[in-house]
Amino acid sequence: MIEARNIYKSFGDLQVLKGISLAVKKGEVVAIIGPSGSGKSTLLRCLIYLEVIDRGSIIIEGQPIAYEDENGKTRYVPDKQIRQICKKIGMVFQNFNLFPHKTVLENIIEAPIVVNKVPKQEAVDMAEALLRRVGLIDKRNSYPSQLSGGQKQRVAIARALAMKPDIMLFDEPTSALDPELTGEVLKVMRDLAEDRMTMLVVTHEMGFAREVADRVIFMDGGEIIEEGLPREIFCNPRSERTRSFLKQVL
Amino acid sequence: MQELLLEVIKPTLEVIKPMLEYVSRIIVPMLQGTVVTLELFFITTVFSIPLGVLLALARISRYTILRDVVGAYIWLLRGTPLLLQVFFVYYGLPNFGITLENFPAACIAFVLNYAAYFAEIFRAGIQSIDKGQYEGAKVLGFTYWQTMWRIILPQTVRRVLPPVSNEEITLVKDTALVYAIGLGELLRATKIAVSRDAVTSPFVVAAVFYLVMTYVLTKVFDKLEQRYSIYE
Repeated sequence: MIEARNIYKSFGDLQVLKGISLAVKKGEVVAIIGPSGSGKSTLLRCLIYLEVIDRGSIIIEGQPIAYEDENGKTRYVPDKQIRQICKKIGMVFQNFNLFPHKTVLENIIEAPIVVNKVPKQEAVDMAEALLRRVGLIDKRNSYPSQLSGGQKQRVAIARALAMKPDIMLFDEPTSALDPELTGEVLKVMRDLAEDRMTMLVVTHEMGFAREVADRVIFMDGGEIIEEGLPREIFCNPRSERTRSFLKQVL
Repeated sequence: MQELLLEVIKPTLEVIKPMLEYVSRIIVPMLQGTVVTLELFFITTVFSIPLGVLLALARISRYTILRDVVGAYIWLLRGTPLLLQVFFVYYGLPNFGITLENFPAACIAFVLNYAAYFAEIFRAGIQSIDKGQYEGAKVLGFTYWQTMWRIILPQTVRRVLPPVSNEEITLVKDTALVYAIGLGELLRATKIAVSRDAVTSPFVVAAVFYLVMTYVLTKVFDKLEQRYSIYE
């Protein structure tokens, strides 16, 4: 579903990604863990064209959005094509990025109506079904400012799902939440995983990574240090860096 | 007690009565002047705000040339007196073969001038929106224009209301400048009465007129702010 090869990315002099390769298969839940500044969020943002990569290639569902030409220079396909391809990827941000001037329902139906040209009534029906799924149907006419962090993030997940994505990316979805509110968001994500949604999750929630992920990737210093089944990574890490990171967070 | 009151009221009335009579004589031409003032105000508002939005978008465009051209335009229009611009359009443009009546000339100068100020207000408003809003829209597949039109600009409206309200109040009073090209607006009607009758009370009446107009404007913007703050 997602195939990223040999990705390099720098911000000025700071090299953030140093040759990352990653493949996510259909229905797979992959968790990316690692210390802050290790490049995990940047990696996620590169996959959905929020950051432009310096080198490497990205292929989404068989369609390249960035590729290396015969001279080895990385090129992007035209913007319009990227938009078309990336529509199949949903993204959930650490800071929700809900539209504050729109109600919960309007937040969800906006993109299906404007981008996918779904008839309004159909979009509303779908949005209400999604709100039931995340347990917020009674908040349909509230504004984001009237919601708690956990509720905002559940709306953000519903908004992404309304575009009927094949893949969901989560960028530290619970990091901005009070500890007692992370559970409700993680539960929604767990349900999604049970429905076999393809998910790539950058997270500090080790419990979630261990129990829900099919595969865990440990990143540090812009590189993938180690990847494998959750139980291998958590119980029997091969790398010394993985071990010391886990010791700190567990 | 009643007698005492009457004794106070009666002479007061005697003073006020001729004043009221005088005012009732000059009020019609002053109201006619006010109509011209309001026409200039509304025309400037209706055209300079959309033009200001376009200029603001050009000012933050990714095309350097567009940014620089609009930057120069804003510098020119904010950097010279509005009255000079009015004179230029009215007296200067005929040299280039464009001769305009004084009202259209005033409208053009005002629209171009106010658009420059609005452009800077809107640019600041647009740039104050969190970049997460652009990212949120982008990952949902919105194009640049869809993002601007549906997500960014509606949020900008709320933030620019106070400075726009300021500009609009200034505009009401700036309309008095067109007196200088012989347009019969409120101040000119006032000055005619003052010169003719050798009294100064028309100035007071004019002040009241301007105050009423700016009061109504202030209330309108208060209402707008209330309406746009429901989501905060």
